[in-house]
Amino acid sequence: MPYTFKLALRHLLSTPGQTVLLMLGVAVGVSVFVFMSALIGGLATLLTLRTVGNIPHITMEMAERDPEQVVPGRNVQVVVQKDLSRREQIAVWEPAVAMVEATEGVVAVSPQIRGSAFVQRGQAIAPVGVIGVQPDKISAIVDIEGALVSGTAVLSPDTVLIGRTLADDLGLRTGQVVVVRSDRGRERSFRIGGIFSLGISTADRQALYMNFRTARALFDLPSGISRIEIKVSPPAAAPQIAARLRRATGLKTQPWTEENAQLFEALDAQGRTGTIVKTFALITVVIGIASAMLLSIVRRRSEIGIMRAVGASQRFVLGIFVIEGTLIGAIGAMAGALLAWLALIPFPPLEAVEGGGLPVDRAQGDYLVAILLTTVASAIASVISAQRATRIDPVEAIGA
Amino acid sequence: MTAEPLVRVRGLRKVFGEGDAAAVVLRGVDLDLSRGEMATLLGPSGSGKSTLLTILGTLLRPSEGLHHMLGQDLSTASDAERTRFRNKHIGFVFQFHHLLPDLTALENVMMPAATSRGKETASMRSRAAELLDAVGLSDRRDYRPAALSGGQRQRVAVARSLMNEPPLVLADEPTGNLDRHSADQVMALLDQINRDTGTCFLISTHDEHIAKHCRRHIELLDGALV
Repeated sequence: MPYTFKLALRHLLSTPGQTVLLMLGVAVGVSVFVFMSALIGGLATLLTLRTVGNIPHITMEMAERDPEQVVPGRNVQVVVQKDLSRREQIAVWEPAVAMVEATEGVVAVSPQIRGSAFVQRGQAIAPVGVIGVQPDKISAIVDIEGALVSGTAVLSPDTVLIGRTLADDLGLRTGQVVVVRSDRGRERSFRIGGIFSLGISTADRQALYMNFRTARALFDLPSGISRIEIKVSPPAAAPQIAARLRRATGLKTQPWTEENAQLFEALDAQGRTGTIVKTFALITVVIGIASAMLLSIVRRRSEIGIMRAVGASQRFVLGIFVIEGTLIGAIGAMAGALLAWLALIPFPPLEAVEGGGLPVDRAQGDYLVAILLTTVASAIASVISAQRATRIDPVEAIGA
Repeated sequence: MTAEPLVRVRGLRKVFGEGDAAAVVLRGVDLDLSRGEMATLLGPSGSGKSTLLTILGTLLRPSEGLHHMLGQDLSTASDAERTRFRNKHIGFVFQFHHLLPDLTALENVMMPAATSRGKETASMRSRAAELLDAVGLSDRRDYRPAALSGGQRQRVAVARSLMNEPPLVLADEPTGNLDRHSADQVMALLDQINRDTGTCFLISTHDEHIAKHCRRHIELLDGALV
């Protein structure tokens, strides 16, 4: 064992109570660091999960064409503008869907036919957004099956699924019949196959799910589709995957992150707050160790003097106190990380967090970072403090 | 042609402070010490004994004059060179033993060798054990200083000063803090070591009784040798 290490250990063991208190102080600082990391990380994950859980991560639609000048000239301009009388559609969609399904990171794909319609029951009428999906993909993007409050999620050609608010507004129950009139002027009767409650007010009030083939007829789309909705894993990879798909298909792709910029700003602000709290926890640790080292050096002034007198170099003396401070920091940090890990066990997993509960994610505790940062900071604090030990004049210190 | 003495000091002056506040502590000291000498440095308090010892021990630089030991000019050597030289060639015994409280007697004796090597070795351990045996403390090697009497602590300090087999041991009032019986024991020990090993001892004291153990008396008065 290096001699400096042995002397540093002896120093620590000579006042065990003080050493334990110092390490405990470091441990508390590191626990705060770990707890904040787990809380901020958990909160971000929970918010992201809740935000991305019931939305498509990427939406693909026909690229909108800007007005285009087709005959250039000084006096006459002929431009092509969007034809508002025709529905935008992805005409050749099956190869596109196959290509998307084969893309790395994509976990679910749902080709959809979308359009506006009115639902009528007796004299009551309500506007809805129709989502025509393939029956086997009813829960591919939004977990309709998990949100059902009555009926089933089976989409036969003559059934539709509606949200609970719409059902309440129109006084509808499962099994009852409604008339759906599309914005193309076509209408048809459907049976309510199921009622869902997603907890998203617009969806619960205005979304109406129907069979893909039935929607084709209702919206005059014999072959094309309106859009492709995609789920990816991890959700954070959506912008990159969207860009890849845009290049590959030429379609307009929109990742969920573009429409949720505010969420990212909030997460950023939250992350910065966490960093500030963690920084202060670390500063407290550094100040604690630096002052402990200074006190130790003052108390051991004559010992330093005698070591210098018998020929110990300044570097040797510096080494003892740097090792001493670093040991306090490293052991305290490990104890703090362990304590925090144990203290976080009782918190429920993120999926089980309910209103008012702290969304703490134990896996995001940054334990290693906390230990490494604290150890390095302790070493730096010790080096700064221990400079004082090297300046001690042995003649004055031992009163020779 | 005479052989080079162990220590040669010429025109040594030491002044503390500057200007009107300057205090001249040593005024041109010329001194030679040879191997195997047992010398006492006598003088009243404030005569400059401790200052001369700390300069000879390379703990303090002289304001003027030459300080050679083993043929090396220590007055111009760097701090790091002087530290290494001190560790290797000079032993110290202080009035207050100045042992490290967290180390055992054996570990304290090993300390000068361990600091320079950066570790404790088996050969250091056996050398330290021999030295403790020589000072009559073989049964106290695992005791910490707090568990030893004043005389025993000073004997551990003597053993420590000999650890690196230095040719010169400087002792500043080594018995000043001991009762007469312990003081006589320590002096007899130094005398014995001097005879057995040829180590040169320069012992500062103002106690005439202690001085009787030494064959050479160097007297200092107001910073000058008498």
